[in-house]
Amino acid sequence: MDRQTWVGSILAVITTQKERVQGGAPIFIVDNLDELEKLSFTLEKILDAEVHALNQETYIVVRHG
Amino acid sequence: MGTYTWAVILGLFYGFLSRLTMLKTDFRQYPTYHHGKVIHLSLGFIAAALGALAVPALLEKNYTAVTFLALAAQQFRDVRNMERETLSRLDQNELVPRGSAYIENIAMIFESRNYIVIFTALLVSLVTISIEKTWGTVWGTLLGFISGGLLLLINQKMLCAYHVEDLADVTVGHVDVHQADIWVDGIYIMNVGLKANQEIIKARAVGIVIHPHDLTAQVTLSNLGQRQAILHDASTILGVYRDTGEPALVPLIKRNLTDGRIGVFLLPEEKDVEKARRVVAKVAILESALRLPMKASARRRAL
Repeated sequence: MDRQTWVGSILAVITTQKERVQGGAPIFIVDNLDELEKLSFTLEKILDAEVHALNQETYIVVRHG
Repeated sequence: MGTYTWAVILGLFYGFLSRLTMLKTDFRQYPTYHHGKVIHLSLGFIAAALGALAVPALLEKNYTAVTFLALAAQQFRDVRNMERETLSRLDQNELVPRGSAYIENIAMIFESRNYIVIFTALLVSLVTISIEKTWGTVWGTLLGFISGGLLLLINQKMLCAYHVEDLADVTVGHVDVHQADIWVDGIYIMNVGLKANQEIIKARAVGIVIHPHDLTAQVTLSNLGQRQAILHDASTILGVYRDTGEPALVPLIKRNLTDGRIGVFLLPEEKDVEKARRVVAKVAILESALRLPMKASARRRAL
């Protein structure tokens, strides 16, 4: 797919539910919601990209524009 | 004094003075202080000289004066391009960028002000020479002064731009943080995942709602360049509570498609909602964003 048509790209997925995610982006499985928050925070800073919550258990890190 | 001396002096004086009065370094800091101002005033002086000398040169049958004016137009266009490039490069270092539409507006205004200076100087010079030939030097000089003063007033009128408050009502909105979703008065803004960022937003965010008066206002204010300009101007005055490495804490502006309202989500350094409302209301409308759909003949036919 032409990258220029993407509005944002998913750089990472962090989740407590490993059976519900799969795909091309790096996936980080965590044990609990605290770890979800901490890991997402770290990844946000490292990747300089935004963390969005798909639901309570799954966050994605997205690079916009 | 020679035949055209007063004409040239008055043309040069009022041309330069018109550029001086049009130069406003306000909160937007353009042109940048001192050195930026010197550049603008120097180019203004050159434009005034060209305008003031054009009429005497043509009267002396020195028709190459017209070529010089064409050359000057070419130069001012090149300078406009340089200004655009400089501002675009500097924009990458802004926490809330101006955006290309705002930069283009600045560059275009810069070029047009130099042309206004040329016309002012030319007209004052023309009036002085014409009156001098009929009624003598004293009357020529006096009317030159008067015409210069009038033109300065007209130039000030041309500076007046529309502001957001001319096209819409601007009110303070309420920022709702509902789990990860951020809303301003029912207008969806964005999804913020981290609880730390959600807490920051609950504590510091300010929401402003813009209610367009009519279709013209709605279409104009929906323009992406105009919206980015609102965010930049608001962030310049109010400060912005963010840094590089904080991608979630970004001022945003979103449109409600059902009723045309526009929600402005700001993170100012100082949480003063009434000041934020006044700032957003006073943001200038970009010339490239202004649309007049109510005047379109197709629409009139449809009605």
